[in-house]
Amino acid sequence: MSSLRDFIDSVKPNFEEGGKFSKLRSTFGAFETFLFVPNTVNKGGVHVRDAVDLKRTISCVILALIPALLFGIYNTGYQHFRMLGQLDTATFGDIVLEGIIAVFPILVVSYVVGLGIEFAVAQMRGHEVNEGFLATGMIIPLIMPADVPLWLVAVATAFAVIFGKEVFGGTGMNIWNPALVARAFLFFAYPTKMSGDQVWYYDYDATQVADGFTGATALAGNTFGFEASFIGLIPGSIGETSALCCLIGAVILLLTGVASWKTMCSVFVGGALMGYIFNATGACDICWCEQLVIGGFAFGAVFMATDPVTSCRTEKGKYIYGFLIGAMAIIIRVLNPGYPEGMMLAILLMNTFAPLIDYCFVQSNINRRKNRVKNNK
Amino acid sequence: MAKLKDKDVFVGPLSLNNPVTVQVLGICSALAVTAQLVPALVMGLSVTIITAIANVVISLLRNTIPNRIRIIVQLVVVASLVTIVSEVLKAFAYDVAMTLSVYIGLIITNCILMGRLEAFAMQNSPWQSFLDGVANGLGYAKILVIVAFFRELLGSGKLFGFQIIPDSFYELGYSNNGLMLMPPMALIIVACIIWYERAHNKDLQEK
Repeated sequence: MSSLRDFIDSVKPNFEEGGKFSKLRSTFGAFETFLFVPNTVNKGGVHVRDAVDLKRTISCVILALIPALLFGIYNTGYQHFRMLGQLDTATFGDIVLEGIIAVFPILVVSYVVGLGIEFAVAQMRGHEVNEGFLATGMIIPLIMPADVPLWLVAVATAFAVIFGKEVFGGTGMNIWNPALVARAFLFFAYPTKMSGDQVWYYDYDATQVADGFTGATALAGNTFGFEASFIGLIPGSIGETSALCCLIGAVILLLTGVASWKTMCSVFVGGALMGYIFNATGACDICWCEQLVIGGFAFGAVFMATDPVTSCRTEKGKYIYGFLIGAMAIIIRVLNPGYPEGMMLAILLMNTFAPLIDYCFVQSNINRRKNRVKNNK
Repeated sequence: MAKLKDKDVFVGPLSLNNPVTVQVLGICSALAVTAQLVPALVMGLSVTIITAIANVVISLLRNTIPNRIRIIVQLVVVASLVTIVSEVLKAFAYDVAMTLSVYIGLIITNCILMGRLEAFAMQNSPWQSFLDGVANGLGYAKILVIVAFFRELLGSGKLFGFQIIPDSFYELGYSNNGLMLMPPMALIIVACIIWYERAHNKDLQEK
C-alpha cells in the first residue's frame, strides 16, 4: 500500500497546475481518490462533517447489487441450458461459466462507455470525475435482457449518460434515473431486441431449442408461481428475476441508511394495493403478492425508486412518491399489455413529478407556519 | 429605426437569428413532419413561399391596416395563402399532401408566420419584407431538413425514400432505431443542433 502511495505522490506534481499533464488533472484526481481517501478536510466555519461521502454511498449500492449480479449470472447460464434442454447434464461450473460469458461483456461495455464519457466530460469542463456512474454502470447490465447485442448496450449507455445526466450538469443534477433512461431508450428504439419471448435467453437459436420448451413472458399471466418468481430461476432481465436477491440488497441499503425505507415500503404498499384492487375486481388474475415479485418490480423498488437524486427529498413526499410508483407500475402492467414492464415507466414518470411533490410539501409547510404566526398575534 | 441592410435582413435568419434554433418558433411542426426528408422539404418550401408572399402583402398594406384589427387582417392573408398552397399540393403532389395531412393547414398557426408579419412586415418595405420572409422560411426549412436527415437515416435507413444502409449491415445485427420515428427524438435532435450552434457562436451564449 505504501509503495502505491509513494508512486502516486511521486507522479502527482506532473498533474498539478503547470505540470506536464495538467490537462488530465481530473482523471488523475479520480484515480487517486478511487485508491485512497482524500485527506483534504475543511478546517473552519460551519460544516457538517460526516464519514459518508459519495464514494461510500455508491460503494454501498454496489455491495447491495452484488447478490443480484451473482444470481443473474447463474440464472443466465441456467436459462441458456434450459433452452437447450441440457439442464440435466450441465454442471454448476458450466452454468456459471456460460452466465459469465453472457453477462460479463455487457458489464464491461456499460462501464467502459459510461466512464469514458464521464471522464471526457469532466476533462472538458475541468470538473472532478465523480463516482455516480459506478452504480449506474452496474444497474444497466442488470436490467438488460441476456441476449441484448453489445452495441445496443453501448448506444443506450452513451445516450443515458449524455442526455440523461451530463446535459443537466452531471451526477446529482439529473432529473431521471440514468440507468432507466438507458433501458427506456432501448425499449422504445429497439422493441424487438428488448421484449418478446426470445431475448431473455443468451445465444437463442431457434434450430437448437429443446422440445417442449416454452419461453413464456411472466408478465402476461404468471406461469411460474410465487415461489419460483421469488427465488428467481425464471427468464427475465439479467438481474431482476430474483426478488430474494433484491430483498438482500434492500436489507443492505436500509441498514447502511443509503436508501429511504419510506420510499421503498410505500412502493410495495402501492403495488400491493393496486394489485389487490385489480385482482378483486377481476381485471387481472395475478394475485397481489405475485405482482410484487414478478418482472422488475422488486428490483425497481429497491434500487431505482430509492435513488436519492431523482426521488423526493421531503420526508412526507417520499410516501406519496413511492406509493404512486407502485400503483402506477401495476396500472401500466395490467391495463396496457403493450408495455409489459410498467416499473420502468412508472419510475421515470414519478421522477418527473418528484420536484412537484416536493414543492407542494414545502409550500404547505410554509403556509402552515405563516398561519401559525398569524393566529398567535 | 435605423435603415436595415438587405444583406443583414437575409443572412440573419439563416444563421444567428434562426427562427427554430434561436427564437425557438415553429417547433411543433418540426416535430410532426420530420420523420422523412420529402415531407420535411415540402413543408419547409411551403412555409418559405407562404411567409414570403404574406410578408409582401402585409408590407404593402401596412399603412392602411387599422391597428386594432391588424391580427385579423394578417390571419386572413395567411389563411388564403395556406389554402392555395394546400390545394396546389393536393393537385400536384398528392402523396406528400396526404403525409403532411393537417400540418399544411396548420401552417396558419405557425408562430414564425405571425411573428414575422408582426415584427417585420408591419414596419418595413415590401422588398425587405420579401427577403425577410424568404430567409426565415429557408432558416426553418434548413433545420427541418437536418432533423429529417438524421431521423430518416437512423430511423428507417433511408434518405428520400431510397435505402442507404446496405442489407449486409442488417445481417450483421444492425437495426433501425424506432425512437427516431417518434416525435420526442426530433426534439432531442433540435436540442443537439441548438447545442452545437451555441457552442460555436459566442454571440448566442448567455453571460
